[in-house]
Amino acid sequence: MPISRRQFVSTAAGAGIASVAAPRLTFAQNSGPIRIGLLAAKTGPLASGGIDMELALTMFLKERDNTLAGRKVELIVADTAGVPATARTKAQELIEKNNIHCVIGPLAAFEALAIADYLTEKEVPTLGVAAAEDMTQRHPSPWFVRLTSTSAQCAYPLAEYSAKELKYKKIVTIADDFAYGHEMCAGFQRAFEDNGGKIIQKIFTPLATPDYGSYVAQVKSADAIFLGTAGSNGFRFLRQFIEYGMKDKMAVIGGMTALDESVLRNMGDEALGILTTSWYSAELDNAANKVFAPAFRKQFKYDPGYYAGSTYLSGQVLEAALTTTKGNVEDKKALMTAIRGSNADTVRGLVKFDDLGNVIGNVYIRKVTRSDGRLVNSVIKTYPDVTQFWTYDKTAFLKNPVYSRDYPPAKYLEP
Amino acid sequence: MKWIAAVLFAAMLVLLPSVAGDFYVNLASQILIAAIFALSLNLLVGFGGMTSLGHASFLGVAAYISALLTSRYGFAHGPAAIVSIAGTTAMAAVFGVIALRASGLGFLMITLALSQVLWGLAYRMSNVTNGDNGIAGLTRPMPFGISLDSAASFYWFALAVASVSFLMMTTFVSSAFGSSLKGVRDQPRRMAALGFNPWMIRWITFIYAGFWGGVSGLLYVYYNKYIHPTSLSTTSSAEALLGVIAGGSGTLSGPAVGAALVLLLKNYASAYVERWNMLLGLVFLFIVLVMPTGIVPGLSKLLNLRRGSR
Repeated sequence: MPISRRQFVSTAAGAGIASVAAPRLTFAQNSGPIRIGLLAAKTGPLASGGIDMELALTMFLKERDNTLAGRKVELIVADTAGVPATARTKAQELIEKNNIHCVIGPLAAFEALAIADYLTEKEVPTLGVAAAEDMTQRHPSPWFVRLTSTSAQCAYPLAEYSAKELKYKKIVTIADDFAYGHEMCAGFQRAFEDNGGKIIQKIFTPLATPDYGSYVAQVKSADAIFLGTAGSNGFRFLRQFIEYGMKDKMAVIGGMTALDESVLRNMGDEALGILTTSWYSAELDNAANKVFAPAFRKQFKYDPGYYAGSTYLSGQVLEAALTTTKGNVEDKKALMTAIRGSNADTVRGLVKFDDLGNVIGNVYIRKVTRSDGRLVNSVIKTYPDVTQFWTYDKTAFLKNPVYSRDYPPAKYLEP
Repeated sequence: MKWIAAVLFAAMLVLLPSVAGDFYVNLASQILIAAIFALSLNLLVGFGGMTSLGHASFLGVAAYISALLTSRYGFAHGPAAIVSIAGTTAMAAVFGVIALRASGLGFLMITLALSQVLWGLAYRMSNVTNGDNGIAGLTRPMPFGISLDSAASFYWFALAVASVSFLMMTTFVSSAFGSSLKGVRDQPRRMAALGFNPWMIRWITFIYAGFWGGVSGLLYVYYNKYIHPTSLSTTSSAEALLGVIAGGSGTLSGPAVGAALVLLLKNYASAYVERWNMLLGLVFLFIVLVMPTGIVPGLSKLLNLRRGSR
């Protein structure tokens, strides 16, 4: 490729500046500890999830005496406050000041999107939690993997289950008015309508809605209502929904964060029988979860859920990859290859990655029941090895625009 | 003495990247951007007596225009910057006409309402603004073919822009027009009786403040390479206003000091203090109780007291 003079000058100038800046960079030594950075929103509206993420990861490392693959581990937690610009500063702090070797988190899609380019540019292995579809679809990064689920990945099985097993014909969706809610409802709608159902109404409420009364009043008569909410919103909506006597008129089903374990502990019998879908449940019967869930419950007096599970899961996959690389984190390429190639047995079951870095793993349909006096999400059906494309063809899927409020268009909305 | 101190301070600013690590240089770049933004808000709050709670509109709109033009419509950075600054300034002119129909609390509420409209648009018009996902994958400009991708080069770029803006805003307030602005702030009726047009003076100031708000918005989007509706939110307007008031509204260096304080508490202290929001509140409480006029006037008063007692 011929280089024009201007390009040459700019490259030379850039290199000059870079070389001035370079000597201060401290290069990590092989003997030092493995430094893991956790980006979690510990203040602001997403705080409860962020704090769970930290608790679970700290617990994971403590169980292993802060040692992974024979090397000491240092965990550095940065509070993103749920603000994109702060997330970026915090990512810089972790990488430029703390010289971390890999990042776990952040939680919110807009935080993850704000730092995605930066993490790719700095070539930092990232185990993401955020669900934004495009991070592993139309804009994947070689340095990014996601262990949890895309926004819609867990919604597809529930959509099929609703149509085929529960024989629902008409469903109303309600979700928070941000990308996560839009994408999840869009995916649910697509799979449900492809199985013969109809979405007759889609309601999106602001993330901070003090009173759901006016929204409950709007809900049209249908077989069920799908909750695509995050944080404590599902719980707050549901409480009013029940107060209005609506739960007797239609069934309630929910996405992966609608009735999270962290929310469920505040509910009573009114939650019994509600179906939700997720890649995890504190009730899962596997070896790893039999260690994790009881230990977490013992220490913090409530069950781990989506948020706590996500970082524990990340820890497990990281440990598996580090075992493969014999604790070498300095070779970032090798570490990333090991992460992507891992086939770890985790709290959610076996996980592996597709070529875009998204997880392929079990998705569980769960029902709220009572066990030992507390409410739990007991698993009633397992959909094995669900991919982010569900049953759709990958190429055709990626040619479509990303899911949004208006895509795919809802054809059966009732006026 | 004063000159030597100023030269030393300037030299310190210029040489910062050769002593500090990338993280600190980036922090300094962010402080510079916040300082330009706070200075422009101070034109309204401190010198014009117009407390605005919607200044983030200018930052956000300039950032969004530049982001959209470069990422979606294939503009080069130069033309995109010109269009975005011109657009923001024009918007300030329109907003000024609306907001300046009221003063005091009414003015504050109108600016708040206007900024909420823009915030809502950024959130909801997702086919244009990409909504809550924000616009990612942006690049930094290459003025004279120099890449700004390293921390140091961006810092020097921001420092140059900040110096120019500080100079321009200082000239603005110390000019004859600046005096008339302060006159309008203190005695609008007397100024009107003297034949000045208070409304016009306020309006021009509003536009000028909008212009520099736009400049800080451009730097903001170059720095972050990402833009999201939160940068248009009331929180970011209020943070800047807090900075202006904490540093000392109506002084030239106060807002810059205040903006630096807010940014350091938010981005640096938060790494060491779990409840950094509380720390932020306590610091402001302290400032209000001990130095109600702000840090810079408060400190200079303290210095004068010590000199006087000697």
